[in-house]
Amino acid sequence: MSIQVSADLIPSANPSGTSSSHRQTALMALLSHRSPLDLPSIASDVTWLHEVRDRAAARVQELAIPSTREEEWRFTDLSPLMQTVFHVPKPTTQPAYISLLNLPEASEHRLVFVNGVYKPHLSIVPDLPTELFIGNLSQLPSERLAHVQNYLTQQPGAEEVFTTLNTASFADVAIVWIPKNLVVETPLHLLFVSTAEATSIAHPRGLVIAETGSCATLVEEYWDGQAEDPDSQGNVYFTNAVTEIWLDANAQVTHTRIQAESKAAFHIGKTAVSQARDSRYTCNAISFGAKLSRHNLEIYQTGEQTETTLNGLTLIGGEQLADTHSAIALTKPHSTTRQLHKCIVDDRAHAVFNGKVFVPKAAQLTDAGQLNRNLLLSPKARVDTKPQLEIVADNVKCTHGATVGQLDTDEVFYLQSRGIDAASARNLLIYAFAYEILGKIAIDSLQQKLSQLVTSRT
Amino acid sequence: MIIENSDVVLSVCDLTAEVDGIPILNGLNLEVRAGEIHAIMGPNGSGKSTFSKVLAGHPDYQVTGGEIVFQGQNLLELEPEERARSGIFLAFQYPLEIPGVSNLDFLRVAYNSRRRHHGLEELDAFDFDEVVREKLEIVKMDDRFLGRSVNEGFSGGEKKRNEILQMALLEPKLAILDETDSGLDIDALKIVANGVNHLSNPDNSIILITHYQRLLNYIVPDYVHVMEGGRILTTGDKKLALELEERGYDWVRQEDATEVVAR
Repeated sequence: MSIQVSADLIPSANPSGTSSSHRQTALMALLSHRSPLDLPSIASDVTWLHEVRDRAAARVQELAIPSTREEEWRFTDLSPLMQTVFHVPKPTTQPAYISLLNLPEASEHRLVFVNGVYKPHLSIVPDLPTELFIGNLSQLPSERLAHVQNYLTQQPGAEEVFTTLNTASFADVAIVWIPKNLVVETPLHLLFVSTAEATSIAHPRGLVIAETGSCATLVEEYWDGQAEDPDSQGNVYFTNAVTEIWLDANAQVTHTRIQAESKAAFHIGKTAVSQARDSRYTCNAISFGAKLSRHNLEIYQTGEQTETTLNGLTLIGGEQLADTHSAIALTKPHSTTRQLHKCIVDDRAHAVFNGKVFVPKAAQLTDAGQLNRNLLLSPKARVDTKPQLEIVADNVKCTHGATVGQLDTDEVFYLQSRGIDAASARNLLIYAFAYEILGKIAIDSLQQKLSQLVTSRT
Repeated sequence: MIIENSDVVLSVCDLTAEVDGIPILNGLNLEVRAGEIHAIMGPNGSGKSTFSKVLAGHPDYQVTGGEIVFQGQNLLELEPEERARSGIFLAFQYPLEIPGVSNLDFLRVAYNSRRRHHGLEELDAFDFDEVVREKLEIVKMDDRFLGRSVNEGFSGGEKKRNEILQMALLEPKLAILDETDSGLDIDALKIVANGVNHLSNPDNSIILITHYQRLLNYIVPDYVHVMEGGRILTTGDKKLALELEERGYDWVRQEDATEVVAR
């Protein structure tokens, strides 16, 4: 916590005008809304789980909301978060609107959480016990519950402040457990919806375990459940989400993560992925929503010949700020990573991309490629992009690049010269820019829904 | 074809234009009547492509003087899309790739924008499909090009054929083909040229901008203009192109100089 110490030493250098003790107090205020665990009393021994939560709660008390003087938060000022007083959401009835968020393709497996609380009647889980487990904590068979402690909160990076806050506070866990060699044909849908009217806080937690040789498609979505109208400002609330994904040897997970919170909301989300040898993980991360959002995407390759593909799209306008911090740690030889992150930024919005790739000495013969492309649609729009490659191994192929540009006049002119008016030409080109990412989402209804969202925003 | 007393489609008078403050066109005059095919030749940097961009209304090219009248209308007042809808078509030297937009959708949007302009009903995807398939034949294109993104991954020849397909759909009054022949192999050149010949009729006019006489073996121009220094130095018939091919441009320049001195 050297950063906090230095903050005390140099108070004048504090840009947000809040001292470290303020930032500590603000974090403690968020912790004060811890929910009790949603577990029936008959459940098996869950002492370990209470201990994990309590340890995290104790640790939160030593931490503080990060300031912009910390390198990791340099471009993302959390002062607005600190200035908001949050409450635990009251139980609500479900708006009919939620049915619009259903994916026809994911007709067999769906978990719905509203304001952090599991909703069994909105969810679809197999009636009979199957090999595949999908459900919340209380549905997990007791013999598996004991086994969960080897995975839950065990990803590297769990010490980070908002992850710790989530660990201390989550009320339930969305669990997907794919057994050895099972190929799940239909998508597994995890839907987290916010409907609370007051300024509320929720800590969604997800855990995905893909055993050896298994294969699954995962859709994880965060939606504002109040606003059917995409232009409405929506409610102020805070989603502090963490999802841990474990791929055992030769497993394959294709993951689409959608952040479509209300335009007034805060969203801080972590996706932590551990990949054993020969595993393949793809993430399509799409960010539309929130006034202030941050996605921490952390990949830990722990075995040889792992493949990681990260596709990202941020589409923001107004006063939105969307920050993506990705970190890929290659540790073994013959691994591959591919990353393409694109941002479309309008009005006075601000996008941040920070992409770290670590290639230590042991990760020889690896191939890492990273590209960040940004499209600025207004003179006041802003992008901060920072590729960060740390390469120690000497026999590797690593490339990275970042571009920031506006719509190409020649492209707009080409369309105009075919009779298409300037505004439609611009929209078509913006859509095409987004489509490079959206086209990778192999679930038709989802791709269509997102395409419509892009079109309606342009 | 030269038709006596046919309508003047395009009249360019003393046109001057610049790019980034650098004058490129310096008093260009040209008259094109319905049914005619005009070839504009000239060395690199003579202003040929600039002229084509000015006609189509590219925003980077500033007209500083003179006038362009197209079918009795002041062309310079119109936005690029309005020019296109009223019958100007520019086949690009380097057609742009637009990943993520299917060629079929693009063609339909363009086709319908022109129909709307003429007060005609827009065609739905089904009806348009029929129209476009008929036109594919003109440029010998496979229908799988329709499902692909606009020009993405197309070879040079495929891109140029796609331009002529657009011309076939939009049925322009005046088509400007900007170096449509450059970089084409002989088979692709024949296909493109046949397509253009097929589309040429007594009602429309074509301006061919080219470096090479070769194209003019396949599309026979009524007039050949030589451009240099942003204006037309001399005008002749198709024999002029052959002479240029043999003797280069220098003799034109000298003759022009003599002419100026003689005045």
